Amino acid sequence: MTTVEEKYDFSAKAKKNLLITVGIGIALTILGIVLMSTGGHHEEAAHESGHAFSWINRLGVDIWINNIYFTGIAIVGVFFFALQYAAQAGWSAGIKRIPLAFGSWLPTAGILMLVSFFVFGHDLFHWTHHDLYDTTSHEFDSIINAKKSYFFWPLSDHSSVPVFFIARMVFFFGLWYYLFMKLRKLAFQEDFEGGTASWYSMRKLSAVFLIIFAVTSSIAAWDWVMSIDTHWFSTMFGWYVFASWWVTTLALITFITIHLKEKGLLSIVNENHLHDIGKFVFAFSVFWTYIWFSQFLLIYYANIPEETIYFVERWNNDQYGIIFFVNLFLNFILPFLLLMPRDAKRHTAILKVVTPIVIFGHWIDFYLMITPGSLKGNGGYGLVEFGTMLIYGGVFLYVVLNSLSKAPLYSKNDPMLNESLHHHVQ
Amino acid sequence: MSNTKFILGVYEDEDILLNAITNIRTAGVKIHEVYSPFPVHGIDDVLGYKRSKLSIVAFLFGVLGTSLALIMQIGMMGVDWPMIIGGKDFIPYPSFVPVIFELTVLLAAYGMCFTFFIVSDLKPWAKPRIFDLRITDDKHVMAIDLDQNKIDVAKIDKILKDNGASEVNQKTFDEA
Repeated sequence: MTTVEEKYDFSAKAKKNLLITVGIGIALTILGIVLMSTGGHHEEAAHESGHAFSWINRLGVDIWINNIYFTGIAIVGVFFFALQYAAQAGWSAGIKRIPLAFGSWLPTAGILMLVSFFVFGHDLFHWTHHDLYDTTSHEFDSIINAKKSYFFWPLSDHSSVPVFFIARMVFFFGLWYYLFMKLRKLAFQEDFEGGTASWYSMRKLSAVFLIIFAVTSSIAAWDWVMSIDTHWFSTMFGWYVFASWWVTTLALITFITIHLKEKGLLSIVNENHLHDIGKFVFAFSVFWTYIWFSQFLLIYYANIPEETIYFVERWNNDQYGIIFFVNLFLNFILPFLLLMPRDAKRHTAILKVVTPIVIFGHWIDFYLMITPGSLKGNGGYGLVEFGTMLIYGGVFLYVVLNSLSKAPLYSKNDPMLNESLHHHVQ
Repeated sequence: MSNTKFILGVYEDEDILLNAITNIRTAGVKIHEVYSPFPVHGIDDVLGYKRSKLSIVAFLFGVLGTSLALIMQIGMMGVDWPMIIGGKDFIPYPSFVPVIFELTVLLAAYGMCFTFFIVSDLKPWAKPRIFDLRITDDKHVMAIDLDQNKIDVAKIDKILKDNGASEVNQKTFDEA
């Protein structure tokens, strides 16, 4: 039985590469902004819709997409970790500290999200406009007015800050971070103490976390994503956002596992473990499609204007219509066909191609959830989108890899380690 | 009428069995089949079995199901009797998806099952060769077909015994 402690070395070279990525991201974003403000391409559209539109709106939306996307990976990473304990899974003993490290992004994510809500919230969320709640105004909207307390409770004064909304955001991040830190502490305690006590405590805590996560992740999806289209609602939405986060996280775990293996680490992870995590990516790509389609089919078939508007804005639209199909192609058709053969999941060659596709594809998925709702016809895709994605991706990986290098990659005292060593799938 | 003669090595323990299989195969004896009361991990590797092609069959039947579902629905809704339902096109592809999915799964599952029955010769009137009744209870039995081996019976006997067989039997099947 292998008992050598393996530690990830976050080398200066890797740090430099990530910082260069962030630098390129910043350069592209600035270039994109300059091109946008001098090109004047969008001003016509802005005049037509009556809203003043500037590059700040688009930057705000892009930052929000990244906030949601990377927060999701962080919290779902903890979810993966908790799931292994609640399900008493043994095969994952070698890899489960990779998703645990994703959770280190949570405090940064929370601060970024809170700050960007105060800076860009007005551009992002239609419901933050005060006229909507003013009965004397011609902008008065009785539907949004009826949903007022969901955002502004306990204050009834509609010109105030959305207390309930912000309180939920702070509460979710606080709770997630607290539970993440507790799990992490127990996990590292196992390294020194051994025995099964930490495992049992982690299992108990994981069960608690999973229940909390089920509720909070769903509400977070309504708050941060669905409320952008304030009139519209879908009962599938919490699931939909979760499915997207989950498959992204699984793809990222796979990708980092392969990366670490190529560096000669994770000696206890072999093709059987890769096969399992590859099956996860395959299965949950199909799951995401199932959820996506379940939401789509009912709206398509019922053909009620209040509901179909969501897809009219995204599908019957010159700007987003193409991305609508690119989304399905990258997130369903490619992973479905490429990961179907057994060998594709057992060897790294195809996994290394498919997982970045899935990771990028779900960024597009979040782009499609957020941009058409908040920017309407003014949205676009170009350097700013790509640049902000690089900045966030670089910083996210920096934080995560830094956290991963702080402790051994797997615990030599994990009671499940022996089972993982003998893991064998047909 | 032909006679098929087998030598049967009976094993008590799966670890001994796995070892025995490797040694016997390296000694040049061809093993007809190994019967065990429960799945033994890694036994297909040591027996040198190639991976079953059943999954390819499943895929092909799945493609067949997808095609049939599409042809059926386009034919019914678009060609044979076009109707306007809920303001949709005559051929509304999104509404076809549930049926496509169901038929794909149905044909893939049935196709795989029946292919398996056929290639395994599992027909209701098949007469199974029962090598030893204890393979459904607590013994592993390795069957060696004497027609496929040019090695002396006594020698095979010895190899089996040397590799931990608790007993070695012979069985002959009379087949039409």
